[in-house]
Amino acid sequence: MIAVATLVEIRRVTKVYRRGRERIEVLHGIDLDIPSGDFVALMGPSGSGKTTLLNLIGGLDTPTGGSITVGDRRIDQLSGGELAAWRAAHVGFVFQFYNLLPALSAQRNVELPLLLTDLSAAERRRHARIALTLVGLEDRARHKPRELSGGQEQRVAIARAIVSDPTLLVCDEPTGDLDRATADEVLRLIQVLNHEHGKTVVMVTHDPKAAEYARRRVHLDKGTMTAEPVPA
Amino acid sequence: MRYLPLLWAGLFRKKARTILTLLSIVVAFALFGLLQAVQVAFESGADTADAKRLLTTARYSIIEPLPMSYARRIEQVPGVVGVASADWFGAKYQNESNAFPVFAVDPARYLDMYPEFTITPAHREAFARTRTGAVAGKRLADRFAWQVGQKLPISSEIHPKTDGSLSWEFDLVGILDADDPAVRGNTDMVLINVAYFDEARQIGRGKTGWYIVRVADSTQARTISATIDGLFTNSPDETKTQPEKEFALGFAKQIGDIGALVTRILIAVFFTILILTGNTMAQSIRERIPELAILKTLGFSDGKVTALVLAEAVLLLILGGGIGMGAAVAAMPTLNGSTGGRFPPLFVGAETWLLAAAVAALVALCIGLPPALRANRLKIVDALSGH
Repeated sequence: MIAVATLVEIRRVTKVYRRGRERIEVLHGIDLDIPSGDFVALMGPSGSGKTTLLNLIGGLDTPTGGSITVGDRRIDQLSGGELAAWRAAHVGFVFQFYNLLPALSAQRNVELPLLLTDLSAAERRRHARIALTLVGLEDRARHKPRELSGGQEQRVAIARAIVSDPTLLVCDEPTGDLDRATADEVLRLIQVLNHEHGKTVVMVTHDPKAAEYARRRVHLDKGTMTAEPVPA
Repeated sequence: MRYLPLLWAGLFRKKARTILTLLSIVVAFALFGLLQAVQVAFESGADTADAKRLLTTARYSIIEPLPMSYARRIEQVPGVVGVASADWFGAKYQNESNAFPVFAVDPARYLDMYPEFTITPAHREAFARTRTGAVAGKRLADRFAWQVGQKLPISSEIHPKTDGSLSWEFDLVGILDADDPAVRGNTDMVLINVAYFDEARQIGRGKTGWYIVRVADSTQARTISATIDGLFTNSPDETKTQPEKEFALGFAKQIGDIGALVTRILIAVFFTILILTGNTMAQSIRERIPELAILKTLGFSDGKVTALVLAEAVLLLILGGGIGMGAAVAAMPTLNGSTGGRFPPLFVGAETWLLAAAVAALVALCIGLPPALRANRLKIVDALSGH
């Protein structure tokens, strides 16, 4: 058996929100290892803390306690600016509602993360073109998001997520707003990125069918992992 | 430059709103350019005043004449290096509405006093040599299509000839101009040779309107002014000597405090723009909170997102300000043409452009900073979840 390096190491992570005087502990000492190249589906009922955990893994938020190591970086110890730079270099994000910038064409949306790199305009265009080709939308490059279907918008969002070649793909209900057939297309695309391009994927989903595309499932309930990760 | 498409897309996300906002900024800056041009034109006399030039007039009123004999006495004052005189002629050409200044001067002395005026040596020589000679400002000559060599029939309002007629005739022997547009307004006049004028007029012979005095050291201007005035204290024709700039400002203020008027109008205009544009900017950013959160998600730092929002305000002001000022510049030839040369030439100089840039920067900062700070404080998780 070949030992696979752990990409994400989560230890005793807690997350507390404050609403006025009220203290709400959303995650209670989570421990989780995600090996490099894994495809994990985070499942659980609403309010279980799965999106909070996903945000912590993606560096969108910081834990109240515990540690999160991604690769060789303790991301829970990074400052806001360092965390932004880390996200730009290592993480691709896919959201339920695509979150494309409506005023930009598909091509420009995909180019957005590359604005933070040293690439020239021509190189940025070329990279974006490759990413759009990878998701099968090279002929929609000049279209604005409103001119695309939901599935196409999500594929543009995936192209944007992978254009800077991140190690980790973080997907929050990526098929929550799509019909079954389109959802399957998007999930197959994410699976291809995992299987053929080696991207480590962490995906939050309610949908057991969507979770079937993952290599394994992790269940959360009331901020606690309810079962040991089981191979899918 | 790499962020320009992003800024542009953000700015024109709602085209109609942005175009209307832009139009209001264009109008504000066009008004700014035009009013500044008017102010500069009014103050050009003071701005182009030479610190080494003094003006000596009658103590109580500029319309009281002074004896021509004062010239020699003033010349002898230590520190004075040149004296010229000028007398008001009060001219009309062809009809009542064609009024312009005509001054009777000693050609060489007067032109020496104003090195900022340009005149060809041949025209200068002809003016000095021709007793009935006259030189005209270029804009005035262009306005009436005068040609060098023609007769110039002018009526005086106040100076009859010895035969009692108010109609005079001079020979146009030269054209006067200036390289600096601010000075060019001061050449909207006709100069006639005082030697002929003084001999041919019926009244006021041996008198002149005022003296122009050149001093060697401008720091001595006050002392020399006092000395000159001291020469004529208790005489029938007491004098008042002051630096040219002071005289020009005082003269301009007789029309009204144009500077204060212009400043007040512009403050009102820009205050309105500030409120309108500031509100639009704030609304635009409020609507784009999730988009800004996405930029942060993708790795744009707080500082970068703040800078992008500020840059959007700057871009709006650069566009609106630039088009507005451009419109003001474009309107100048038409405006100058429509005044028929009765008003000093309007122009938008480098100083006005710099001032416009400073105003634009200030407005951009005022309207951009509040939403930029809001964008800075934006928390990704809250913004994406709609809180």
